[in-house]
Amino acid sequence: MPVKVMIPTPLRQFADKQESVHLEAGTVGDALSALTSQFSDLKRHLYSDDGRLRSFVNVYVNDEDIRYLQREKTAVQQGDTISIVPSIAGGAKA
Amino acid sequence: MASKPIIEESAHCAGRPLGKGLVDLVGKAPLLRLDSLNAEFPNVEFYAKAEWANPGGSVKDRAALYMIREGERSGALRPGKTILDATSGNTGIALAMLGAALGYAVKLCIPVSASHERLAMLSALGANVILTPGEEGSDGAIRRAREIAGENPAKYFYIDQYSNPANPRAHYETTAPEIWSQTNGRVTHFVAGLGTSGTFMGVTRRLKELNPAIRAISVQPDEPFHGLEGLKHMATAMVPAIYDASLADANLTVRTEEAFAMVRKLAREKGLLIGVSSGAAVCACRSVAERLERGERAVIVTIFPDAGDRYLSERFWKEE
Repeated sequence: MPVKVMIPTPLRQFADKQESVHLEAGTVGDALSALTSQFSDLKRHLYSDDGRLRSFVNVYVNDEDIRYLQREKTAVQQGDTISIVPSIAGGAKA
Repeated sequence: MASKPIIEESAHCAGRPLGKGLVDLVGKAPLLRLDSLNAEFPNVEFYAKAEWANPGGSVKDRAALYMIREGERSGALRPGKTILDATSGNTGIALAMLGAALGYAVKLCIPVSASHERLAMLSALGANVILTPGEEGSDGAIRRAREIAGENPAKYFYIDQYSNPANPRAHYETTAPEIWSQTNGRVTHFVAGLGTSGTFMGVTRRLKELNPAIRAISVQPDEPFHGLEGLKHMATAMVPAIYDASLADANLTVRTEEAFAMVRKLAREKGLLIGVSSGAAVCACRSVAERLERGERAVIVTIFPDAGDRYLSERFWKEE
């Protein structure tokens, strides 16, 4: 099902300067995997060498932090918006 | 030459009240000796300005006070006007604190990714917070502040810390002379991160006037997408008007994870609870020491912009 992934400003240069991308995905993990397959340069910015999301990378589904959902296994449905936000100024979303 | 600094010692004379007011406590941060690094590089002395000693808990108190006082002096800030700025955190706390202390309303544009603690502190100090999209970072907050200021210029005193000359002047007139005095003029290298660049610009200009041989090293994140709160990747960010890249003798980059690891290590092994940009500063100081000629002696001074208690909700504390 197509979901919208918002690309943070500093990473748009690695994603053909797009603000958002629509991808087919059933989970957040699927969406991020599809995103980094489409734009391979994004992978090293989002993931550490051991394949985990880097600790300052926060991911939200419709403004819900996936850390408080099922993390990368969080299910997504058509129309959902996934946001990738660097954890500046402390990390937890208001 | 430096003009008369705004931050100075209160006169001690009979009949004056004891203690100091909140505003008088801005500046004069202690110089912390970094013994753990000193042991690793025997020819090098390492020091950091412990800027968390400011009443608002960060180095930003200095620039915020200078920018407010300059606004009052020029007439741009008058009673009834609202102080406005974009901030990812510490400048907002400084402005909210000083605004409350001096009787000004404060409006701040801040990315929604700011921590609960940070937002709660701003709210507790009475500031009006405008949240901006997290994925746009501090640049999105800057754009929103410019819009608000443009829509109603008579209502707002837009501080614009990225373009305001009073920001580096605070460091030219206070931080740099403090470093010179606290090291008895022995400082050989100055290392500082670049955010607004106010600290680096102001301190470097003054120290090089006092001793042109002093080397100034600026520090940036190694990539545009990073977790180093307060620091900017100048090649890809909106470059502050006050920034002059030619002032640095060298520019070092630090990876986010490297700074996180240093913050954890210094907390767990040395009892030093420093902030993320302070961790990046320590990493850069080590790099400077590693690049010295064999046997070369050096006195390296850096800035610790804030303490680690502002970052306790970060996930990196749980990593090994």
